[in-house]
Amino acid sequence: MKRATLLLAFLFPALAAVVPSHAKEIKIGLITPLSGDVKTYGESVRNSFLIAVEEANAKGGVAGMKITYVIQDDRNDATEAANAANLLVNQHRVKAIVGAVTSKATIPVSDIIQAAKIPTLTPTATNPKVTVADGKRKDYMFRSCFIDPFQGMVMAKFSCETLKKKHAAVLFDASNDYSKGTAEVFRDAFGKQGGKVAAFESYGKDDVDFSALLTKVKASGADLLFLPDYYNKVGLIAKQAQEKGLKVQLVGPDGWDSPDLVKIAGSAIEGGYFSNHYSPDDRRPEVVAWVKKYKEKHGQVPDALGTLAYDGTKLLIEAIRKAGSDDPRKIRDALASITDFHGVTGKSTLDRNGDSIKSAAIVKIEGGKQKFVKMVNP
Amino acid sequence: MYALIALGYTMVYGIVRLINFAHGDVFMVGAFLAFYSVEKLHLPLPAVFAVAAGGSAFLAVVIERVAYRPLRNAPKIAALITAIGVSLFLEYFTALHQVFGPNYYAFPRPFQVVSLEIGGITVTNIQGIILLATLVSLGVLQYVVHRTKVGRGMRAVSHDDVTAGLMGVNVNAVISFTFALGAALAGVGGVLYGIAYPQINTFMGVMPGLKAFTAAVLGGIGSIPGAVLGALIMGQSETMTTAYLSSTYRDGIAFVLLIAVLLWKPTGILGKARTEKV
Amino acid sequence: MTWLKNIAKAILPFVLLSGPVMFLSASEILNPYWVQIFQLACIVAISALGLNLIYGFTGLFSLGHAAFYGVGAYTAALLTKLYIGAYGDEAVFATGAVFLGSLLAGGGAAALLACLVGLPTLRLTSDYLGIATLGFGVIMKVLFDNADSFLPQLGGARGMTGIQRMTGVPWTVAALVAAILVIRNLVHSTYGRALVAIREDEVAAAAMGIDTFRYKVIGFTAGCAFAGVAGGLYAHLYTFLHPSTFDFLKSFDVLMIVVLGGLGNLTGTLAASFAWVFLLEGMRVALPPEYIEFRWVLIPLLLIVTMLVRPRGLFGVREIPFLRNKVYR
Repeated sequence: MKRATLLLAFLFPALAAVVPSHAKEIKIGLITPLSGDVKTYGESVRNSFLIAVEEANAKGGVAGMKITYVIQDDRNDATEAANAANLLVNQHRVKAIVGAVTSKATIPVSDIIQAAKIPTLTPTATNPKVTVADGKRKDYMFRSCFIDPFQGMVMAKFSCETLKKKHAAVLFDASNDYSKGTAEVFRDAFGKQGGKVAAFESYGKDDVDFSALLTKVKASGADLLFLPDYYNKVGLIAKQAQEKGLKVQLVGPDGWDSPDLVKIAGSAIEGGYFSNHYSPDDRRPEVVAWVKKYKEKHGQVPDALGTLAYDGTKLLIEAIRKAGSDDPRKIRDALASITDFHGVTGKSTLDRNGDSIKSAAIVKIEGGKQKFVKMVNP
Repeated sequence: MYALIALGYTMVYGIVRLINFAHGDVFMVGAFLAFYSVEKLHLPLPAVFAVAAGGSAFLAVVIERVAYRPLRNAPKIAALITAIGVSLFLEYFTALHQVFGPNYYAFPRPFQVVSLEIGGITVTNIQGIILLATLVSLGVLQYVVHRTKVGRGMRAVSHDDVTAGLMGVNVNAVISFTFALGAALAGVGGVLYGIAYPQINTFMGVMPGLKAFTAAVLGGIGSIPGAVLGALIMGQSETMTTAYLSSTYRDGIAFVLLIAVLLWKPTGILGKARTEKV
Repeated sequence: MTWLKNIAKAILPFVLLSGPVMFLSASEILNPYWVQIFQLACIVAISALGLNLIYGFTGLFSLGHAAFYGVGAYTAALLTKLYIGAYGDEAVFATGAVFLGSLLAGGGAAALLACLVGLPTLRLTSDYLGIATLGFGVIMKVLFDNADSFLPQLGGARGMTGIQRMTGVPWTVAALVAAILVIRNLVHSTYGRALVAIREDEVAAAAMGIDTFRYKVIGFTAGCAFAGVAGGLYAHLYTFLHPSTFDFLKSFDVLMIVVLGGLGNLTGTLAASFAWVFLLEGMRVALPPEYIEFRWVLIPLLLIVTMLVRPRGLFGVREIPFLRNKVYR
């Protein structure tokens, strides 16, 4: 009996939730990890999403409609992400979705929104399979960031041409698609540039001791170490490399972006280069204004994922404005036709696959601070 | 490193036959307490250890009182499930902003790291401290268990709790003490972890917890020297497979080793074989 | 004529369970979200029934159930993917048969692996068996993560994509009903009695002439086969497989369901599976938006409280009559 009441209690909103739709409102969804291991990213994405939506509403909404929203948590889990997408699409009947944040949550989302024909834009998932899988383009799925291969390529080129290094070592997390994908592209691109990858080794998601791997790197005689992972891992590796007396040039992708990298690694990370979506030190007025806005609201400098989410949400709102309606099909067409969208993270154009063509920032860590070096175009 | 956590598992298991899955998360809380006492209160190092160990011990006693004691006469599995529940609760609850927050925190180093190279092997002073702390804890534990009155009580309860109670041992107090002692070690482990790998977050306890637990089983769960031995073997086999075999399959190889040892000695290397009563 | 009666017995619950759901979904009262959740609950129930057979009835402490679930999922998904790759998805010929075949193959692969793993490890007792199976779970996760290095279609750490969505309400309900019937008949047969005897007292069971080791392998293998079938259904419902879906923490989820429902209690396992899935998802709707991140704080709390109040599971030893065993209790 208890079970029946419980079930009913949960089913009731399901049956009753035929949301009355005002002609003057458009409802969009956000899927982001608000619990679990990447909660910290999920929250900055949510904060930025809210800023973008509030800004648009303050200006009187978009195409004469006020934006309302539903936020759902995916716990960085493929099954939960799929359920969240299903809920947004079928129960809340959103017209468009921003999300998800990680690739492993976004791929299942992309299958669901494709079947339901709800335009969805992920601001941060970099795995190529999000928009194109097994040779099929999911034409309702878009992304407003560059993809893994691009970063691997940029850093391989930069290492060879600008840093003039010819012997690279790569350490990556074998269970993380982002890390593994970037590592593989870097290896291939570095080889094409005429360099040699002397060591290509992996570790596990929860490892904290890398001394055995670093011994291997030391033995390989590499003069450059590519570390495609998030700052927490990179910090540990850099620190242990320094303690082991390993003197190599460190380079990496956007996962490095966090003030905590320097806190964890200290002087070990000094002189390292990484590619990023933007740099908060960039003096462009858009960047300055955005950093100020976020700081006022949340008391800290926005990270790259948050900034991407802000741009992504604005891009979606721009598409709704161009479509001039809340019809998902029209929003999709407008998204597909976006060119030269000016965001905080630079200018982007959505290509045939729904992926963004945009430039990357190269950032150097100098004196414990991030220093903007230059923009690199694809 | 695993040894300190493994000791807690093995003690609790030895006395109440419970796999305390929340142990890894107690370790996490210890690390966070240490983090706050260094970062916010600027306590000296010995005080930091005391806060972490004391806080963890207190937490463990509360957990035991609330979640395990009411289930002592229920099927063993019920307490195991609440242990998993407590573990999940600690992980997700502490990740809330109102508690520790979801970020990765940089653990401040209280002293400089010095590395020495002896015969091609690099040794840091942190490794030295960890080794020292482990040996000291092991010594203290052996003393407590084999030489004190509480220790005698622990051994008695481990052997047969009902009879021990009849013989005048305060079973509840002894069990609480065991939890507190195990957790205090985990708290010390948390501080050392923070110093060695200066980065902590609320999910950090999961993997060390699992590995320490495996180490405890490997050495023979319930046996104190066994836990240390198991932890040494775990750590060494991981380093060796990374160095000489494949880093990708390292976790897999560590567990293949575990299964192999269990098949060879079904109760662990130093475990006592229990004869089945008919 | 008993066989007719038996078939009727099987069809009746199928119709009773899938009929209303299909009607409600066709008439759009129940939207696809809830239909999907319903199917997920059925799949979880199948897998949990399998674990109940292993742990609840036979008393084998297994912490590697999610790995067998994963093996079934990957096997079934690979087969349909290869089939569609070979024949193209326009010219899908006898899809139903192919899907059924892949599900059975998924179950078979899980069973085969369970047998291989079980032969050495089932000699271990209680907690040590738990650790060994937990270790097996970690090993399988590492293999899933690197699966692309020996078969690119499996996707490895990037996840496996391009799986056709084939699972529907009739499939999941039919599989669930089949699982219930098979397990019920199994535990009520001489085999089942042997399994329960082993759980209660292995030495006594051996003394009664039961080949305990053989029966343990049978119980373990059969239970894992159900996990494999459930995995196959999952793969073709969610169309994306990621190794983290099958890691050792997921084995705990199933274990919690089985214990919550009550060991050796089929009704309880069914109820707990549905309660678990609907609670998890229901909170998305029920919690106010500002508190959505408290979902995973409330769930363990609820779990602890439930365990404290009902240490022998929600249902204890009570069963609905059809599933009750007539011989003992």
